[in-house]
Amino acid sequence: MKFFTLIVVNKMWLKDKILEFFNKKESAAIGGGQKAVEKQLAMGKMTARDRIKAILDTDSFHEYDMFVRHEARDFGMDKKELPGDGVITGTGTISGHPVCIFAQDFTVAGGSLGLAHARKITKIMDHSIKLGIPLIGINDSGGARIQEGVNSLAGYGEIFYRNTVASGVIPQISVVLGPCAGGAVYSPALTDFVFVVDKISKMFITGPEVIKTVLGEEISMEDLGGAKVQTEISGNAHFFANSELECFEQIKKLMGYIPWNNTKKAEPFPVKPPNAAYNIEAIIPPEPSKPYDIRDIIKSISDDSDFFEIQERFAANIVIGFTRMNGETVGIVGNQPLVLAGVLDVDSSDKAARFIRFCDAFNIPLITLVDLPGYLPGVDQEHNGVIRHGAKILYAYSEATVPKITIILRKAYGGGYIAMCSRHLGADFVFAWPFAEIAVMGPEGAANIIFKSEIANSTDPEATRKKKVQEYTEKFANPYVAAANGHVDAVINPAETRGYLIHALQIAVQKKEFRPAKKHGVPPF
Amino acid sequence: MENKAIKKFLIDDTNYETNFTEKFLRRKKYVKSDPGKITAFIPGVITVIKIKPGQQLKHGEGMLVLEAMKMKNDLLSPLEGKVKAIYVNVGQMVTKGQLLLEFE
Repeated sequence: MKFFTLIVVNKMWLKDKILEFFNKKESAAIGGGQKAVEKQLAMGKMTARDRIKAILDTDSFHEYDMFVRHEARDFGMDKKELPGDGVITGTGTISGHPVCIFAQDFTVAGGSLGLAHARKITKIMDHSIKLGIPLIGINDSGGARIQEGVNSLAGYGEIFYRNTVASGVIPQISVVLGPCAGGAVYSPALTDFVFVVDKISKMFITGPEVIKTVLGEEISMEDLGGAKVQTEISGNAHFFANSELECFEQIKKLMGYIPWNNTKKAEPFPVKPPNAAYNIEAIIPPEPSKPYDIRDIIKSISDDSDFFEIQERFAANIVIGFTRMNGETVGIVGNQPLVLAGVLDVDSSDKAARFIRFCDAFNIPLITLVDLPGYLPGVDQEHNGVIRHGAKILYAYSEATVPKITIILRKAYGGGYIAMCSRHLGADFVFAWPFAEIAVMGPEGAANIIFKSEIANSTDPEATRKKKVQEYTEKFANPYVAAANGHVDAVINPAETRGYLIHALQIAVQKKEFRPAKKHGVPPF
Repeated sequence: MENKAIKKFLIDDTNYETNFTEKFLRRKKYVKSDPGKITAFIPGVITVIKIKPGQQLKHGEGMLVLEAMKMKNDLLSPLEGKVKAIYVNVGQMVTKGQLLLEFE
């Protein structure tokens, strides 16, 4: 009899403990409390936990470190309880693929970053590196927790260090869904892809108030570092969305194109042919001075005519993004004749070079579509360092050892021809369309230089000039001079392009390229 | 983002038809610097003015103090010449590139 009572008591005790656990969990899950949550929602923002759940597969989120507490003692912090210390961390899946994720909780002390907060983030980062799975970080924070002093700065530094160590090992994605100011901006800046949402994301080193008091310049947060500015002018962010839900769809789509880590390949997809509506011969005007949208050409050769563009709004004179060929992810870099005639400049070189390095790090073959008149002339370009920025694209292509396939569509002039993954920078295959022009410059410019005195001294200079342009065009403005020297492997019919690409990718699967051993190169950063 | 009107763009004597980006259209036009015009190299506040219009200055002579980022920057005369006009007052906030004074 006595023994039986003991069991009953024991059972009650278990239940109490479980109930206590539920209560603790519930109070932590509310974050900064009902009022703070309402304020967050009123700003058009979702709560941190809802954001995570919206990105991950249903019921796949597993949270860790929910009961972490800070150890700050000064400025009344010893009496302040901060649920989860203002950040939620855990693991989950996206379309079945595992990811590590963290989200700063703005409702808890403005998402401010203290040491415990940072330690939660660095712990999940260490997991993602060890487990070899992508990391997604959602930033929504007022900045450093000033009450914690240098410990808060230490926290930032430890995050930046891991971002750098993880770079090129696991894909890192930053989602800026609120303020991300001061030192905090450097974590997104060190990651591979940055997502922003209109009117919600705000990124800057020094805010409008400081700028006003120190410099006397007045500017709104939105105009200083809003989503539009970061995706169009600075190029700091890669994806622009009008709402958080649209942003989450973009993240899920991106995850489908990239591998878990640098030892794997992206998962293949079922093969679908391109949409027949994209007909190359109907898209491309024969005159090299007329524009067309390079994205239509990309769609004409891609599986299902599906092209996932990156940094669409920044340096639109070059187009970068992912697509699939025969079910396999490839990275595309293409000059855009529709914008600035497709020239290379400071911004477009920067944009392409970073993308090339991402593809190379994560085993994604590169396809380069060439149609450009060269580098952009101008004082501002020269003074802004088009030499060192332009060198980045040469460096990135030369350094990349993934399969590299280049197609010269129309014009490939001068330095631009070399930079756009020419044979000389290590392209495995270079194909050219029959109307490709590979030369030092366009026929007009070349004729004006070569035949300068002949044109000036003739009785009818304009007629002579036209004749000489014609002469040069016939002699050099074609792919056969380059093909005769082996710089181009094959001149192909545009309609055969997809077939050539798929074949080249298939036979390059085992590609191995060896370089001299080194710690690392010194790219023109 | 590109500006949606197709325009001509001359590169190496060829006129390309293309769009321009907003950023390209807003780029700063190059202006040759005039050594006789002194501009603010940093935004800040003019805290001291040591010279008057019409005054003859020697190379390296102190002209103004421009306080910016908690530093008092002594602006020294880059040449020998007569001050034509001073366009700022003590206590005035100036933006980067603003004309401060001019030599004759």
